[in-house]
Parts: sequence; structure tokens; C-alpha cells
Amino acid sequence: MPHDVEAIVVSNRRLSPEYHVLALAAPDVAREAAPGQFVMVKPATSSHPLLRRPFSVFEILRDHARVTGLSLLSKRVGPSTARLYEAEPGDTIRCLGPLGRAFTPVDPPAEAWMVAGGVGLAPFAMLAETLRQRGTRSRLYYGGRRASDLFHLDWFEQLGVELVLTTEDGSRGVHGRVTEPLERDLGSRGADAVVYACGPEPMLASVARLAQTAGRPSQVSVERVMGCGLGGCYSCVIPVRGEAGAAAHFVRSCLSGPVFDGATVDWGG
Amino acid sequence: MDLTTRIGPLTLTNPFIAASGCFGYGTEYADLVDLSTLGGVAVKGLFLDEREGHPPPRIVETPSGMLNAIGLQGIGVRRFIAEKMPELRARRATVLVNICGTTLDEYVEVARILSDVEGVAALELNISCPNIKEGGITFGCSLTGTHDVVQAVRRVTRLPVIPKLTPNVTDVASFARAAEDGGADAVSLVNTFLAMVIDIETRTPMLSNIVGGLSGPAIRPIAVRMVYECREAVRIPIIGMGGIASARDALEFMIAGASAVQVGTASFVDPFIWSKLVDGTRDYMARHQIAHLTDLIGSLDTSAREKAWISS
Repeated sequence: MPHDVEAIVVSNRRLSPEYHVLALAAPDVAREAAPGQFVMVKPATSSHPLLRRPFSVFEILRDHARVTGLSLLSKRVGPSTARLYEAEPGDTIRCLGPLGRAFTPVDPPAEAWMVAGGVGLAPFAMLAETLRQRGTRSRLYYGGRRASDLFHLDWFEQLGVELVLTTEDGSRGVHGRVTEPLERDLGSRGADAVVYACGPEPMLASVARLAQTAGRPSQVSVERVMGCGLGGCYSCVIPVRGEAGAAAHFVRSCLSGPVFDGATVDWGG
Repeated sequence: MDLTTRIGPLTLTNPFIAASGCFGYGTEYADLVDLSTLGGVAVKGLFLDEREGHPPPRIVETPSGMLNAIGLQGIGVRRFIAEKMPELRARRATVLVNICGTTLDEYVEVARILSDVEGVAALELNISCPNIKEGGITFGCSLTGTHDVVQAVRRVTRLPVIPKLTPNVTDVASFARAAEDGGADAVSLVNTFLAMVIDIETRTPMLSNIVGGLSGPAIRPIAVRMVYECREAVRIPIIGMGGIASARDALEFMIAGASAVQVGTASFVDPFIWSKLVDGTRDYMARHQIAHLTDLIGSLDTSAREKAWISS
């Protein structure tokens, strides 16, 4: 059951001129959030931008055992995200959630291989925590343009997540795309694994195809232009097949997703 | 305080109706909002058969508004009756079914099918969607087309018939008259304004359909003007809409002559807007000592303005 709250900004940590982590005092939303779910947010005090924007829940904030809120990992790309980047502690943000279908965490002995591109890291902080609780070995393939675009690495390492880093300019980890080490490992390593992915859609398409070729299931979190997050507007649709070989139909990524079985999405091309 | 209002033979508990195309089939919101507390729910437009709609991107935000070109994706009238009506009935929603057609015969057939369905309160005729190639707006942009489709549907149903008018015409009041002459119980207006946004970096349209319909606060003053013009032109009730985001906005439409209003884009932003609209309207009525909402409808006083105009 989603809640709509006017959440106070607790902190806004700018990680780079583009990336930041916005912490919101929204305990009611945070308590019910599962890894991969999202919230719809906009600044509370302004009618510009008009529409809310969807964000994966990044971290659940706690004071000892008590849940105090959640954070969002955001990248400044347009006027809406610029407003969030500029938010200051004490500002209010309208936050509706949690929404959508979460990842299904896999149990041991299978492993979880998470694949993140850029801001697509967001849903994996929560997923990594959940996997650790279940005792599932996990690995994070994490790609960015450059070393300074890779964040939160210590945090994932402390959770025991094995990191495989890639950068497009070669300044950290493997030089190239995040799908390259994934393809190598899917081909060579014997472990039973579920592949989780979030990032740009071409990356998701590539991850889903690689996983399918290797006979492993994939769960991908898509990002489509979304109007309401509740199934009202039909703008966030993506073509999905009901079963293998069947014709794809547009389904709403807010209700049927944002997490889909990668093998069922019609990636086109 | 009495917020009830009448749309022809239909009595609504309050004037606030969820706008078609903005509230799914209503069932999506059933766990969030008590649907029986809305004046009505205008469900997503239905053809005889299922439709895929346009490929994304289907919406883009604009200054104080948004463009959409969804393309009337939908499950078709029969699946709607089987899969959605039972829950809408159980939730005691006042259901206005928005019906579409590519031909006059399709409108008639969809209307005929719905006429025997328990729980359907009214038929809203979508003759104004700007985003589909055939049907729809081709009726809504022709006076005889508007008259004929209303009359044809009128003949096969006892349900209230409410054509939804497009603002993409020179004189919307003449279309309201054509609808009234065809036997409409009410008219609803306005649908969206045909519009376009271009990505200058890629020199491509922002929407896959190239053009789309503009909604949101940006269009509100134009919509108010059009409701006012129609109020002057017809006797049947008017359901007003266009960028309503607060009770204040809704009151403008009702003072201009709307017996009820629909809210669309604003419910994307605030799915819990409905109780705020009711509370804000009650506050206003208390402040102005208005016991019955119906006393407010069409109460616009232009006399002083006209005098000022003449004397200047």
C-alpha cells in the first residue's frame, strides 16, 4: 500500500557535479519498500516541474533498528533532476511509494550477479543487503564512464559483495563496457546464478540476451518515461511477451514492473 | 452542505469526476481511494476490440502541462465488462464509460453492448481524441459528424449520452449545439489541444506519434472560456475540464457554467486530490454561504464588466 508523504530532506550529498544521494525522512514509505521498488517524487513547494519522477529506492535509513527514511541515488540530466540536485536539508519533497514489483532475491547455493550501469546502481544497495541476510553470494558488475562515476564501493565490499568494475575510459577496473566481463563469466564460470540488471536500456537488452544465451534467468529493472506511477496514464509501457514465442504487448512498467523477467521483454532490433 | 449535482438524469454525490484516460479503469486506484466518494469515474476509452496504442515515448512534460499520445491503448469493451465492471460495482463507483469508434457503427455497437450492463451510469462519447488516425476526432471536428454520432448512439441506449468535445475547432459552442440537437444529455469539454515538442539536439519529435494532446494548468484559461461559450449556447449540462488542480480551479469552471468537472493531469501528480477538492469546495461554500452547489453553477456575473466596457 503506497503512502504519499511530504518528506523533509535530511541530507543531500553531492558525489560529483552530476550524481548525488538525497536522503528523505519518509519512514512510512521506507518501512514497506522492497529491493527494486520505486517512489515518485517532486519538490513539494513548486508546481514546476509539474509531474513527479520515478526513482528506485537506494538505501533504507536507520537509527539503530528504527527505520527513519530512505535515500535516492540521482543523476542530474534535466530540469527535474536539477531541482533535486539543488535541494537543501529542510526542503520538502513529495514522495509517493513504495511502488511496483520488486526483485525476487535468489537463495543459496545459487549466486546473485548484479549488473549496474551508472545511476542504475540505485536498486542494488537494498538488494545486496537482502541477499546477505539470505546468505546468498553476490557479485556486482558496475560500469561507469570514468572512475569518478563509481560510488559506494566500500559499502558494497563491507557487505561481502565481490566487485567487478568497468569504465569506458579505462580509469578504473576493466576498460570497456560492463557487459564484457559479464559475458566472459557467464561463459566460463560454472556457478548457478541469477542475473539482476539496472541501467540504460541497451545495457539491459544486452544483459538479458547474454543471460538467456547462457541459460540463466535475468531480472531487469527498466526505466521508462512515467506519468503517474500508479497505472493511470499508460505512458510507461514496454513490450512484453506473456510466454516465449508469443506476440509482445505493451504493459505498464509501473504496475507489471519496473522489474521484468529479461527473457520476456521484446528489446527490439 | 449539499454538493450533489445533476447531469441530465444522473445525480452525482459531488461534482468531481476522474477524467478518462487519466485514471486507468478506476480499479488501479481502488485500494488508494474510496471510489464511491468520487462524483464519478470516467474510465479509459474503449473500442469494440483491444488496442495496442502508440509506441513510447508517449508523454513529455511542457511548461505547466504535458503532451500525451497514448493512442487509446485498451482492453476492449467486452474484457472491460468481464474484468473491470464487477470490481467497480463492488466499490460502488459511479461509472462513466468513455466509448470510441473508428466508424459510426462501432460507436453504436459499443453503446449497445454497454447499455445492458448493470452499474454503467453514463456513456461519454470520445469524438475528440487527437491522437488516432481514424474515427474519434473526425466526428468531433464536423458538425454533422457530431450530430449524427450522438443521434445514432441516442437511439440505441437509455443511458445518459455525453459527447466529449475537442477544443481543436474554431467555435466549440456550435459543436455543443450540434450535440444537443442530436439528443445529448450533456457535453463534456475540453479534450486536449493538439500540440508538439521537438528535441532540438536530435531534431526529432519528443513523442513517437510526432504530435500529442496538451493538458494541465497551461490550458485552463482557454478551457474556462470554452465552457463559458458553451453555457451561453446550450441548455444541456456541461462537464468542464482542462488543467483543474484545486478546488479554486474547479470553482472557476462551475461558475462559468459547468455542472460537474473532470480532473486528469492533476491526479497523476496527486492521486489523493479528490478529498482535497471536496474540502476546498466546502470551505468556499461556507465562506460564501452557499448551501447547494447547484446555486453556484453558471453564476458568473458579467454585468459590471459589460457596463465598464460600454462606458469606456
